[in-house]
Amino acid sequence: MPWLTTIGALPLVGAAAVWLLPSRSARPARVTALVASLITLLATLAMAYRFDTDTAGTHQFTEQHRWIAEFGVNYAVGIDGLGLVMIVLSALLVPICLLAGWNQVEGSSARHYFGLILVLETFMIGVFAARDLFLFYVLFEAMLIPVYFLIGLFGGAQRRYAAVKFLLYSLLGGLVMLVAVIYLYVEGPGGPDGFLISELTGLEFSSELTGRLLFCAFFFAFAIKAPMWPVHTWLPDAAAQAPPGVAVLLVGVLDKVGTFGMLTLCLPLFPEASRWATPVVLALAVVSVLYGGLLAIGQVDLLRMIAYTSVSHFGFIVIGVFAMTSSAQSGAALYMLNHGFSTGALFLVAGMLIARRGSARIADYGGLQRSTPLLAGTFLLAGLSSLALPGLSSFISEFLVLVGTYGRYPGVAVVAAGGMVLAALYILLTYQRMFTGPVKDFASGWRDMNLREGLVMAPLIAVIVALGFFPKPVLDVLNPVADRTLQQVSMTDPAPTAAGEESTTEGTQP
Amino acid sequence: MTPVQHLAFLETGMHRTASEAGFSAPEVDYAAVSPMLVIFGAALLAVLVEAFVPRRFRYAVQVPLTLLSLAGAFGAVVWYSTTGDHLQTAGSMVSDPTGGGVSTLEGAVVIDSVSLFLQGTLLLLAFLSVLIMSERNLDSGGSFTPAASAVPGSPGEEQALRAGFCQSEIYPLLLFTVGGMLLFPAAADLLTMFIALEVLSLPLYLMCGLARRRRLLSQEASLKYFLLGAFSSAFFLYGAALLYGYAGTVRLSGIATAITVPTTDAQLGRDWLMLTGIALVAVGLLFKIGAAPFHSWTPDVYQGAPTPVTGFMAAATKVAAFGALLRVLYVAFSGARWDWEPALWGVAILTMVVGSVIAIVQTDVKRMLAYSSIAHAGFLLTGLLAVDVSGLRSVLFYLVAYGFTTIGAFALVTLVRDSGEEGQIGGEATHLSQWAGLGRRSPLLAATFTLFLLSFAGIPLTSGFSGKFAVFAAAVSHGAWVLALIGVLASLVAAFFYVRVIVLMYFSEPTSGGTAVVAPGAATVFAVVVAAAVTVVLGVAPSLLLDLTRDAVFLP
Repeated sequence: MPWLTTIGALPLVGAAAVWLLPSRSARPARVTALVASLITLLATLAMAYRFDTDTAGTHQFTEQHRWIAEFGVNYAVGIDGLGLVMIVLSALLVPICLLAGWNQVEGSSARHYFGLILVLETFMIGVFAARDLFLFYVLFEAMLIPVYFLIGLFGGAQRRYAAVKFLLYSLLGGLVMLVAVIYLYVEGPGGPDGFLISELTGLEFSSELTGRLLFCAFFFAFAIKAPMWPVHTWLPDAAAQAPPGVAVLLVGVLDKVGTFGMLTLCLPLFPEASRWATPVVLALAVVSVLYGGLLAIGQVDLLRMIAYTSVSHFGFIVIGVFAMTSSAQSGAALYMLNHGFSTGALFLVAGMLIARRGSARIADYGGLQRSTPLLAGTFLLAGLSSLALPGLSSFISEFLVLVGTYGRYPGVAVVAAGGMVLAALYILLTYQRMFTGPVKDFASGWRDMNLREGLVMAPLIAVIVALGFFPKPVLDVLNPVADRTLQQVSMTDPAPTAAGEESTTEGTQP
Repeated sequence: MTPVQHLAFLETGMHRTASEAGFSAPEVDYAAVSPMLVIFGAALLAVLVEAFVPRRFRYAVQVPLTLLSLAGAFGAVVWYSTTGDHLQTAGSMVSDPTGGGVSTLEGAVVIDSVSLFLQGTLLLLAFLSVLIMSERNLDSGGSFTPAASAVPGSPGEEQALRAGFCQSEIYPLLLFTVGGMLLFPAAADLLTMFIALEVLSLPLYLMCGLARRRRLLSQEASLKYFLLGAFSSAFFLYGAALLYGYAGTVRLSGIATAITVPTTDAQLGRDWLMLTGIALVAVGLLFKIGAAPFHSWTPDVYQGAPTPVTGFMAAATKVAAFGALLRVLYVAFSGARWDWEPALWGVAILTMVVGSVIAIVQTDVKRMLAYSSIAHAGFLLTGLLAVDVSGLRSVLFYLVAYGFTTIGAFALVTLVRDSGEEGQIGGEATHLSQWAGLGRRSPLLAATFTLFLLSFAGIPLTSGFSGKFAVFAAAVSHGAWVLALIGVLASLVAAFFYVRVIVLMYFSEPTSGGTAVVAPGAATVFAVVVAAAVTVVLGVAPSLLLDLTRDAVFLP
C-alpha cells in the first residue's frame, strides 16, 4: 500500500470536498475539514505503527515513479525516523489548529480558510517525505502559496505587509536554491533519475569551491526558512499577523523545513562544505539564540514575543545540527518535534487570550491567574516547557544539544546556555505581567477555557508531559538518523569525557 | 559602387544560383506547406467575404471561416508531422536523418520538427485569440471600432456607432498575420524571412489601431508600432544585405558555411562585414521579441491596442519571432557564437532587469503585463544562450507555456470594466486601483487571474515554473549559472509586482463602485478555461509537451 501517497492525498481530498460543498455556511466546511484531518492523523499513526524502528536510519515506505523524465525528475517518497517524526507532528498539529480556528472565520470564506489549511497539510507531509530534490523543491515553494493566502486573507491589521514580506523572503531563498538545485543536477550523474537524493549523495564535485557555493545557496534558503539571524525579520511580522492556528503551523511545522533541510540535505549532500562552514554557522546560531532571547524580553506584543522565542529555539536546533555529534543531532531532531508542541501551545493560548481581550499587547493584560486559572495554567506549562524545565519535553532536547555540543565546541555550548537563562526571563516576566497581580476590570465577564479550547490544549499538554518523562520511543527512531548523518559527513563523536558519559540519558545509548 | 550598380550586382548574384542549376520551376512539397496554404487561402477568401457579403452577415461568415481555417491548418500540421517520415523521402530534398522534415521551394522554406512545433503552437494560440476577439457580450458590436478610418470623435464615427456597425476586417488581417507567422520560423533564407516579417507585421500594425474605445490611444499605438517596426525591418534588411555581401548567398545554411569556413576573398578578413550583418539582423529580430534596449514600443503598443489583439500579439508574435531568432542564431550564425554570445548575454541581462524593475512602478494592468512580457523575453534569451539542443527545447517549451498563460491573462483583462452611476458598462478598467477587492466580487475571475499571475511569477506546479526551470537548467548546464542567478533574482522582483496584484484583488477592500465584471460569452470562457488548463497541466505534467520537443532539431 502506498502509505505516504495516501496520507498526502487525504487532506487534498478533504480540501476538494470543503470547496465543493454546496452549502455556503461555515459549519459543514469546518466539520469536513476536521474529519479529513483526523482521518489523516489516524492513517499517519497507523503508518507510524508499521514503521520498523530497527531500521529507522534507512528510508521506508518508499515509492518511486517517473514524473518528468526529461528533467530527470521522479516522484520519489520515503521516510526515515526524522521524516516520520515530522509527518506525525504535522498530522497532529493540523486538527488541533483547525479546532483552534473553529470560530476564526464565519460565512462562506470559511471554506477558503479550512481548505487552504488542508492543502498546506498535503504540502507539509510531501516535503518531509520527498526523496527527489526537484520534488522537495517544488513542495518547498508551493507551500508558500497557501500560507500567503492564509495570512493575507485572515490575518491581523498589518496582514498585507506581513504576507508579502513572508512570500518575498521565502522566494528569495527558494530561488537562490533553485539555481543550486539545477547546478547540483548538472554536477551529478544526470539522466532520468538525476534528481533522486540518493543519486546526489556523496558526489565528487568538480571543485571544492563548487561544493561550497552550492552549500551556501542551500543553507541560505534554509536559514531564511528556519529562520536564523540575520534573515529572521519576516517571522515576527508573519507570526504576529497570522491567525493563531496558522501561526502554529507556520512556526511549528513550516519553519522546521529549514532545519530539516539542513540535517537531511545540507549535511549529506555537501559534507566537506558543511565541515568548512561549521564555525560560521555555529556563530550565527549562537547569535540567533541570544538575539532572539533578548528581543523576546523586549517585545510589547505577545505574538511577536513568541516569534522571537522561536528564533532563539531555532538557534539551538541549528547548533545541534552542526555540532556534528550524535547526541547533539538527536537532540536537535527531538527539539524540532518538541518545539512544535510547546511553541504551538503558547501561540494557541495567546490566541485564546487575544480572542477575549481583542489586543495582543502584553501590557493590556494582568491578573488573569485568578479570573481564568485554566488559561493561566496552560500558558505557564507551555512556557515552562519552552524554557526547558526538567520534566517537560523541551528539556531533554535542549540538554542533549548542549551536552552533545560541549564535547566538541565547549565555548559554543557555554555561550548558548545563556539562552536558557534568557528563556527563563522572557517566559516568567511575561507570565508575571499578564497573569499575576490584582484582577483587572476587563476580565470580569471572562469565561475560562471552554470545551473546544480544552480539546485543543489537552493533547498538546499531554504530549509535552509524556515526552518530558519518556522520550525513548522518539529517540529510538531519531538516533539511527543522527548516526547515519554523521557517517555521511564522515565525522565521529569525540572521545567521551566522564561528564558526557554520566549525563547521557538512556535513550541516546545505542 | 553607385546604388544602381550595387543593385545590378545584387541581382546578378541572386540569379546566379538559379542559372547554375539551369532554370527549372521550383519543386513544391505541397503537403509540407499545406498549413500556410490553408491560412493564406482562407485569408484571401476572407477579403472576398469582406467585399461581397452583406454587412449584417459578415461576422457570421468570418468567424467560422477563420476558426475553420485555423483548425484545418492545425490539422494539416498534425497530419504532416505524424506522417512525416513517409513524406520525407517523397520530398527528395536534403534532410537530416535525426530531425526529419523537408526543405522545399528551392530551399526557401524548411519544414522541420521545430517549424512544425512552432506552427502548431501558433495556430492554437491564434485559435484561442479568435475566440476572444469574436466576443460580443461585452460591447455591442464587438471589441473593435465600427469605422476604423473615421477620425476619432468625428460625425462619421458617431454615425457608424449609432448604426451599430460591426466590422469584421480584423479576421482577414489576423489570417494574414498568422500566415506570416507560420512562414517566419520556417524561412530558410533571409529574404523569405524578411517577407514573412513584413507579412506578419503589417496587418498587426493595423489591428493595433482598431480599438473601439480610447481610439486615439489605439491609433497612437498603431503609429508607434508601425514607425518603430519599419525601422527595425530596415535594420533587418540592411543586415541581410551585408551578410549577402559577405557570404554571397542569403540562404541560412550558406551563410553558416561561409562563417565556419571562409573561402573567398570577400570572406577572408572581412569579419566586420559578417559581424555587422549579424548584429543588424539580430537587432531586427530582438525588436520583434521586445528585448531591451529595443523594447520601448512594447508598453505603449500593448496598452493602446485592443486587448484581444494585445493578447494575441504578446503570445503569437513572441512565438514566431523567437522561432526565427532561434533559426538564424542556431543555423546560420552558430559558427560565430563566440562573437555574438557576449552581446546577447548583455541583452538578456538588461531585458530581464529592465522588464522586472520597471514593471514595479506600473499602475496600468496592460502596461504591467507588457513589462512582464519583456522580462519573459529575457528569460527566454537565457535559455536560447545555451546554444544547443537543450536550449532549443527549453525555449520551445517556454514559448508554449508563456503563450497560453498570456492569452488567458489578457482575455480576463477584457472582462473588468468601468461602470457608471446607473450601472452602464464602459471601457476596460485597466488602472490597477480599480482591481481592488475583485476577489470578493468575482472570485472565479480573480482566482483564474491569480493562477496566471503565479504562473508568470514561476511558482511551482504552474507552467511558468516548468518553463523557467527548463531555460535555467539549459543555461546552468552550459556554465551560464550567473545568467540563471540574475534570472532568478529578476523573477523575485517580478514576483513582487505580480503578488501586488493578488494583494489588491484579495486583501484590499473594494473601491466604492466604478468597476464591474462583465459576464463573457461561451467562446471567451472556453478560451480562458483552455488557457488555465494548459497552465496547470504543463505545471504538473510537463512531460506531455517535453516529449514533443524531444526530437526538435533544426534542418539546415
